[in-house]
Amino acid sequence: MSDFSEELIRSKTEDDKEESCVFSGTGMSFPWLQKHIGTVETGGKKEKDFAQTTSACLGFIQEALLKHQWQQAADYMHSYFQILEDSDSHKRQAAPEIIWKLGSEILFYHPKSSVETFNTFADRMKNIGVMNYLKISLQHALYLLHHGMLEDANRNLSFHCTYIPHLLYPFILQLLDYREVVHEDDYAYNTASQNMFDHSWKTSVNLRALIQTPGVWDPFVKSYVEMLEFYGDQDGAREVLTNYAYDEKFPSNPNAHIYLYNFLKREKAPREKLISVLKILYQIVPSHKLMLEFHRLLRKSEKEDHHKLGLEVLFGVLDFAGCTKNITAWKYLAKYLRQTLMGNHLAWVQEEWKTRKNWWPSFHFSSFWAKSDWKEDKALACEKALVAGILLGKGCRYFRFISKQDDQVLRKKIKQIKKSVKKHSVVNPGL
Amino acid sequence: MTMPRTLAFCYLSLLWQRETITLSDLLRFVEEGHIPYINAFQHFPEEMKLYGRDKGIFAIESWPTYEDIYKKVIEIAKFLDLPRFPDITEDSYLHPNILCMKYLMEVNLPDEMNDLTCQVVKMTGIGEVDFLTFDPIAKMAKTVKYDVQAVAVIVVVLKLLFLLDDNLEWTLSNIAEKYNEKNKEDKPWFDFRKWYQVMKKSIDEKKQKWEEARAKYLWKSEKPLYHSSIDRAVVYKRREMVVSLQKQFSALVDSAPTVEKKSPSSFQFNWTEGDSARTCFHGHGLQGILKKKGQSLTTKNSLYWLSTQKFCRSYCKHVTTYEESNFSLSYQFIINLFSFLLRIKTSSLHEEVSLIEKILFKRKYGKTKKKSRSRKGRKY
Repeated sequence: MSDFSEELIRSKTEDDKEESCVFSGTGMSFPWLQKHIGTVETGGKKEKDFAQTTSACLGFIQEALLKHQWQQAADYMHSYFQILEDSDSHKRQAAPEIIWKLGSEILFYHPKSSVETFNTFADRMKNIGVMNYLKISLQHALYLLHHGMLEDANRNLSFHCTYIPHLLYPFILQLLDYREVVHEDDYAYNTASQNMFDHSWKTSVNLRALIQTPGVWDPFVKSYVEMLEFYGDQDGAREVLTNYAYDEKFPSNPNAHIYLYNFLKREKAPREKLISVLKILYQIVPSHKLMLEFHRLLRKSEKEDHHKLGLEVLFGVLDFAGCTKNITAWKYLAKYLRQTLMGNHLAWVQEEWKTRKNWWPSFHFSSFWAKSDWKEDKALACEKALVAGILLGKGCRYFRFISKQDDQVLRKKIKQIKKSVKKHSVVNPGL
Repeated sequence: MTMPRTLAFCYLSLLWQRETITLSDLLRFVEEGHIPYINAFQHFPEEMKLYGRDKGIFAIESWPTYEDIYKKVIEIAKFLDLPRFPDITEDSYLHPNILCMKYLMEVNLPDEMNDLTCQVVKMTGIGEVDFLTFDPIAKMAKTVKYDVQAVAVIVVVLKLLFLLDDNLEWTLSNIAEKYNEKNKEDKPWFDFRKWYQVMKKSIDEKKQKWEEARAKYLWKSEKPLYHSSIDRAVVYKRREMVVSLQKQFSALVDSAPTVEKKSPSSFQFNWTEGDSARTCFHGHGLQGILKKKGQSLTTKNSLYWLSTQKFCRSYCKHVTTYEESNFSLSYQFIINLFSFLLRIKTSSLHEEVSLIEKILFKRKYGKTKKKSRSRKGRKY
């Protein structure tokens, strides 16, 4: 054999393997140390194969659920049940909850499963541990509700009425909603509504207490207010909503303000009030679709501050990617810019434009957008062109593209746009 | 006496008889369930009641590992004061020449490589009777890890032929491919790249199935074990619960074609000529990588790199370590392939490869040893 020369060739591999070595910085590797570090958690004992295979099994179940492979998930689940017999007491105690969650998910979606299978499963799981009993019962009731078995769900719940009342009311409310939706035209609705009445007065007292605790109770508040309005208690409803929206203890919740606003609108409250409510919403969610309504209110108001705010709000809405194709917003902006400039409030426009002139051109008015908007919605393109022309001058790409377009229907409009831009453009030709 | 020790004892008897089974085969049979181990007590007669301390012995939650059983084999042999075992000669299955041939067939490498493996075995002297035979009485009682060593020899031969530096093996493959295209009638030259593609696919499939089977493995038996009569009720109740839940879910699982339990086989892979889907490389020739030098053939590749530059001599029990990112991808693939086959850790195989190289390249190691001596003496 020929002479071999010693050559240790170190080749470059893909991204460094993460845990294969400790102290990799210095180039030394201590695989035995890594192993010992891993056993600190288990109290010095090496992980048994039982633990390793069951966690691998869990991984496979989760993967199968993600991919909606119910058959496979059921197969692995079959093997996973043995964790209830794990000699490690921690794992054994945590097992029922995991099994319930995964098992109920599988049984919910598996084509071969039925309500009976679910019932049997739920009953069996309830018998493992007291804490789980109530939780499982409630979820069981929800499942039955979903499948339209109201009586069974009712029976389930009423049996547990004595336990933890405030947890049950969400379910009763769901029951109410469900009945409303399903039995609208049903003659049985009348009897059901009588039940509803009885039920609701019983629950309203406790609900009020519930809503007063800080938290996010959107569906409950909504249903409760609807109930109050239904029975004519406007003041009560107003109080609840105001509390819900303005109480500092509650977490900041845009929906609270939306509910309050809608209520006040229904009540035909004065404009000032509506504006003040929406102002707060504007601060939390400037891109909300109610902002256009807000703008309308501000526009109609007599105060100059409100007019200025109206312009701010419009610009604010169009800052967001979700609203770029909102033709109403652009229409308003076009109209309002003209109005503002005619009212000699150039300073307002300039102030708003100052922070935006760096990025709005490429965000809204690039030549790509020009072509795409024209193809998709010519009316939108026209409105945008007007705004572009006013803010960027008639030399800008968007405006030039649109003004060159020759469309029978919109020819007149385009002419108008050209005229407006000439008259109102913010850009000084001299600069 | 525990289950692992019982298994080690069984292995000793097999070794004494020089049966055609290696330790890795034995452990694989245990994992596949051909040998009762995990819930062995299920097969005990009715009269034997197990409780209390028996639970610790029989309620097993881990499969036996190669290293562990190997250590126990030596312990038990020493404890029992066994004499020198019957000789392992060139005819016995456990001789490296034969094992190399077996493993070459199993991983679909050409039969011609057998000559090279025999040469390496001869040069290193690991085929000697005295080296191979287990002698517990000897001062440094050690039994040879027959299977690991045979596989290590194959790895060394692959390194000799292909260098495995992520470069040369692919260049040689290109040459082989070109030749094979031009000369379709002749015996084809072995193409490393094609072999890699075939093997990678097969091994990935096998590994995937193996992982899935492991995840579904049912550890607990029908007859649960308990410590005392107080536990009994609880344990039985749990079992009943698990069984009823399992019954419910097995109704949901498609009645899949009942997987026939395969009878135990020494081979995990089977390659046959003429199967177009899975090329068989047994008959391929090594002409592409060997060249004539006078009367004999020698490898085209004239370089080599050692798996370990320096051996550790401290008390940490490891002779060397295996840090994957230091080695070429081809080498990693080969090591992973063989360690999966034997179900051992990659570091064990790497260590064995290094030990073979240590003997083979005594001179190289000798040089470095002298260097370290000239330094100020350091006690380990």
